[in-house]
Amino acid sequence: MAVREAEPVGSLQEVKEAGLDREDLLAIYRHMLITRGIEERGHILYKQGKIPGSFYTGRGNEAAAVGVGTAMGPNDVGTPLHRDMGVHITRGVEPWRIFAQYMGREGGPTRGRDGNVHMAVPELGLHPMVSHLPAMLPVAAGMALAFRIRGDRRVAVGWFGEGAAARGDAHESMNMAGVRQLPILFVCDNNQWAYSTPTYLSYPVEHIADRAAAYGFDGVVVDGTDVLAVYREARRAIEKAREGGGPTLLECLTLRMEGHAVHDDAFYVPKEMFEQWAAQDPIERYRSWLHDHAGMSDDEEGDITSSVKRLLNDALERAEESPLPDPAGLVDGVFASPEDLDTPHHK
Amino acid sequence: MPELTYIQAISEGLRQEMRRDQRVFVLGEDVGVYGGAFKVTLGFQEEFGPWRVIDTPLSETAIVGGATGSALMGLRPVAEMQFADFISCAWDHLVTVAAKQHFRGSTPVPIVVRLPSGGGFSGGPFHSQNPESSFAHIPGLKIVCPSTPHDAKGLLASAIEDPNPVLYFEHKHLYRRVKGEVPEERYTIPFGEARVAREGDDAVVVTWGAMVHTALEAAGELTKDGTEVEVLDLRTLIPWDRERVLESVRRCSKVLVLHEDTRTGGFGGEIAATIAEEAFEHLDAPVKRVAAPDTPVPFSPVLEKAYIPQVEDVAAALRELAEY
Repeated sequence: MAVREAEPVGSLQEVKEAGLDREDLLAIYRHMLITRGIEERGHILYKQGKIPGSFYTGRGNEAAAVGVGTAMGPNDVGTPLHRDMGVHITRGVEPWRIFAQYMGREGGPTRGRDGNVHMAVPELGLHPMVSHLPAMLPVAAGMALAFRIRGDRRVAVGWFGEGAAARGDAHESMNMAGVRQLPILFVCDNNQWAYSTPTYLSYPVEHIADRAAAYGFDGVVVDGTDVLAVYREARRAIEKAREGGGPTLLECLTLRMEGHAVHDDAFYVPKEMFEQWAAQDPIERYRSWLHDHAGMSDDEEGDITSSVKRLLNDALERAEESPLPDPAGLVDGVFASPEDLDTPHHK
Repeated sequence: MPELTYIQAISEGLRQEMRRDQRVFVLGEDVGVYGGAFKVTLGFQEEFGPWRVIDTPLSETAIVGGATGSALMGLRPVAEMQFADFISCAWDHLVTVAAKQHFRGSTPVPIVVRLPSGGGFSGGPFHSQNPESSFAHIPGLKIVCPSTPHDAKGLLASAIEDPNPVLYFEHKHLYRRVKGEVPEERYTIPFGEARVAREGDDAVVVTWGAMVHTALEAAGELTKDGTEVEVLDLRTLIPWDRERVLESVRRCSKVLVLHEDTRTGGFGGEIAATIAEEAFEHLDAPVKRVAAPDTPVPFSPVLEKAYIPQVEDVAAALRELAEY
């Protein structure tokens, strides 16, 4: 079972066959713009001193995140990471809540208890990551196990990076998912740099997806800057899992276009590498495709761009109005009470 | 009322919970056909099927992380560690993920991890530990340490019902040595309520797990000297019954804190500190601690006997207290 390298998406016909109509295509573009827009503004807020702690972005990973997010079904669940803002946006997290999260305010999904991208809205099927990567993979496998036990037609998506692939959690979760043929998609955001560690110091094979064979399921490598190819491969894998076909390991190859976090200028990444990958910027690439293949007009594009700008302006304003958390309530949430179990996502 | 051993009570309690609640399932190494290393789940797979009694690969991380994920999706997993010692392999999933999830994400993680713990049978450094104090330091985890068959069953039902991650420390040395009356019907025991295992006014031993039985024997010895010792079984460490402990301290004025875990950083230190803060003026003697020395659990029976607090160690400490 050799790893499959996915072809790029060319025509509108191919996209239609994959289940996307023109409205979906424009929504994908919009989600990618919101994703980048949030992180660009977050970067500015950080430099203005409005965001405490550190700040992480997923520049270069927008297509991989939005592509997988779009492929998920309404009842599917996942554990996206710090390069996967696009998943939150695609699932419908309101941008103002993300800004509020960045700023440690009450309106953020973690109500100031955790920072930056350590957040998720469970009602939208997403659960918040921890820093210990890839600790969310066994959790995602457990979600898939619950679906398998109950016979739900739902799929879990677990994300990890090529750096975190070196840790035991990745092995244990994939092995167990393979043994039990669980309905799960493992998505590797391979952005080629684990902080400053290059791929050849992280793993000794050509692709992370090569490992799938060792766990008894399919491995696919896709160009993570091609949102439609990511969507097509993720959709195929998710629907296969839904039909009882077991896990897939989907490796999305990208380049992390900024440092590990804002404090890191990524001096260790060769300049030519940045130049090469900048030429295939996922958003610019998709924008051209929409013009060439889906007949996106300049007016349509302008409308989308300005509506995203308005959305983010309003979001920022609303986030800044969100109160800071009350220190008097600090200890309240350490333990859950029985009534906390009465939520829609606990099903 | 039927008389059950400690391990039978755990097994019966777990079976009862699985019968009444479809969401409860078991996962762990060798829990299916083999029935678990200690046979707690013997016969469960026949009754509940292979998808509610799940034999996992040798993967503590995937077991506890998987339990968390399934709990977030509405199930009530009861994960078994073959030995409590192996929980170190899943530390991250309890401490980093499960314990902090509700605080950060407002999503409860109702999981139970069963931890066969404790020494007394030459299990050596890796099959004998009592790691409860390590986890008591982690906000977000609840810790249960039953000492009797009655409490073992009731506390297990409470643990499964609780919306938080619960570490259920079942002491292996008690499995087949301790018997007691256990109601057939389902019952729960609230967390944070200590049990008076023996009444007395001259001194109080605060303890839990297998050491409750050691304390009872030692208290029996002290009766010969005319000293009546209360034995207070905490039953749960997080939360622990501060009020009941302080009440006993105020009444008895002499306290011995006893645990099988090692001394430094043990939960006994937290109890002693609380007594010093809250009831100092009621003490007629310094708070005494009896605990294992700060070494790994040794293998050779003669060394292990020196390691685990014995009846004579506890009796000697109580005599010192009485004479103070």
